[in-house]
Amino acid sequence: MSEQPDITTEEILSPDGIEEAVIDLAKKVGAVCSGSEFAFVGIFTRGVTLARRVAEVLQQDGMECPVGTLDISLYRDDFDNRGADLPRLESSDIPFALDGMRVILFDEVIFTGRTIRAALDGLMDYGRPSKIELAVLIDRGHREIPIQPDYVGETLETTLNQYVKVRFREDDDKEGVFLVTEK
Amino acid sequence: MNDLQPRKDLLDIESLTLEEIEYVLENAVPFKQLFQRSVKKVPTLRGKTVLNLFYEPSTRTSSSFEVAANRMSADVTNFTISASSVVKGESLLDTIETLQAMRSDYIVIRHQAAGVPGIVAKHTRASVINAGDGYHAHPTQALLDSMTFREVFPDYAGKRVAIVGDILHSRVARSTSTLFNKQGVELAVMGPGSLVPAGRHDFMTRLSSWEEVFDWKPDAVYLLRVQLERQEGQFFPSIGEYHRMYGMNAERLDKMRQLGAYLMHPGPVNRGVEITDEAMRYEKSLISTQVENGIAVRMAVLHWLKPQTEKK
Repeated sequence: MSEQPDITTEEILSPDGIEEAVIDLAKKVGAVCSGSEFAFVGIFTRGVTLARRVAEVLQQDGMECPVGTLDISLYRDDFDNRGADLPRLESSDIPFALDGMRVILFDEVIFTGRTIRAALDGLMDYGRPSKIELAVLIDRGHREIPIQPDYVGETLETTLNQYVKVRFREDDDKEGVFLVTEK
Repeated sequence: MNDLQPRKDLLDIESLTLEEIEYVLENAVPFKQLFQRSVKKVPTLRGKTVLNLFYEPSTRTSSSFEVAANRMSADVTNFTISASSVVKGESLLDTIETLQAMRSDYIVIRHQAAGVPGIVAKHTRASVINAGDGYHAHPTQALLDSMTFREVFPDYAGKRVAIVGDILHSRVARSTSTLFNKQGVELAVMGPGSLVPAGRHDFMTRLSSWEEVFDWKPDAVYLLRVQLERQEGQFFPSIGEYHRMYGMNAERLDKMRQLGAYLMHPGPVNRGVEITDEAMRYEKSLISTQVENGIAVRMAVLHWLKPQTEKK
């Protein structure tokens, strides 16, 4: 990857930083979930990885966390604006009944909130959970709709010419959270 | 890198790149998975309209498109034009004008004359999907056939499919064989001499009897429908004769079983002509899978095509 001169990249979380944030999320989520019927649902692609990592931490404490996956492409509100980059769909896989369950939805970053809006619609088509909560690794602000996360790894002050890149070794060739600024 | 460009229409298989075919077939898999949910519908095409324009009778294809569009939350209008009303050049253009005024986003069209979907596509903003035109093409049938074949043979290159029957009258044979050929599937044809056109299918091995078909060791046999309604001349002596010579009967089914070969058919079947009741119950028949995959593939096609945006 060649760095263009008018773009700067700053590391926000190192691999260790991500691990701490995941453990922190696991603590918060584990505290509310223990004793109730609950499940995790990750939003493709990195929300799935985040959900699996948090589930892994809780499993070490003896908490069994089923993890489902959700592709929200078919629920997006910007289908008409799809450009040259044609959407490739993933198979959502929620191998458990959601009815009456407490569901924790995972995504790596929350920005406008529109992805989560789409995910909520998608989730409802699988059943009627008793409660849905949202866990994210990074909250970068700038909501366009009234949706807020319940569990946050790290809150970042950002401007609109910036974007947050989360890279996980399961999905990418490196690990870290980066703030990219376009001048 | 990604060379995929948005496409407005789907008119034939010839003009598709392998990458485009792959894209549609891969996206069809998640669509098929939606059928397992209690809510089978997604909101992707909410507020969009799909016009089913059928100049030729078809229950299966038109309802498959209708179900596909419904499951994507589009509004569907079925527009069936009676076979008796002969449509001439001018009145086709009049129809197109009417369609423009309806502001449909997608037009699914079947017509007895080859090339009509292409003409409509040129004159409208809507995405046009060819649902069969004359003896020319039936691209969504080819895509669903490929999807079905890949489910049983993930490593499909080099596998063998023997197409049996009325190849001359079959746009299915044309589109499906073109697609299989692009994907490296080996093909053979067998049918009445009068119905196997010379020259058009150079990439296919020509076989002359069921014995030769079985000696060729096909992984699947694709039976074509005898298109009684489209046969203006007499291409074979009688239906009984056709069944004896080319139909799938008990004895041939036994050979299929020994070979472990799958059975495909585009539907609707003429029982007692190209296939017997018993063969319809063959455990390796993929016929109902083809129907199910037809919906998934058509959803993937609607999702892929992009109507022209209206100039303000």
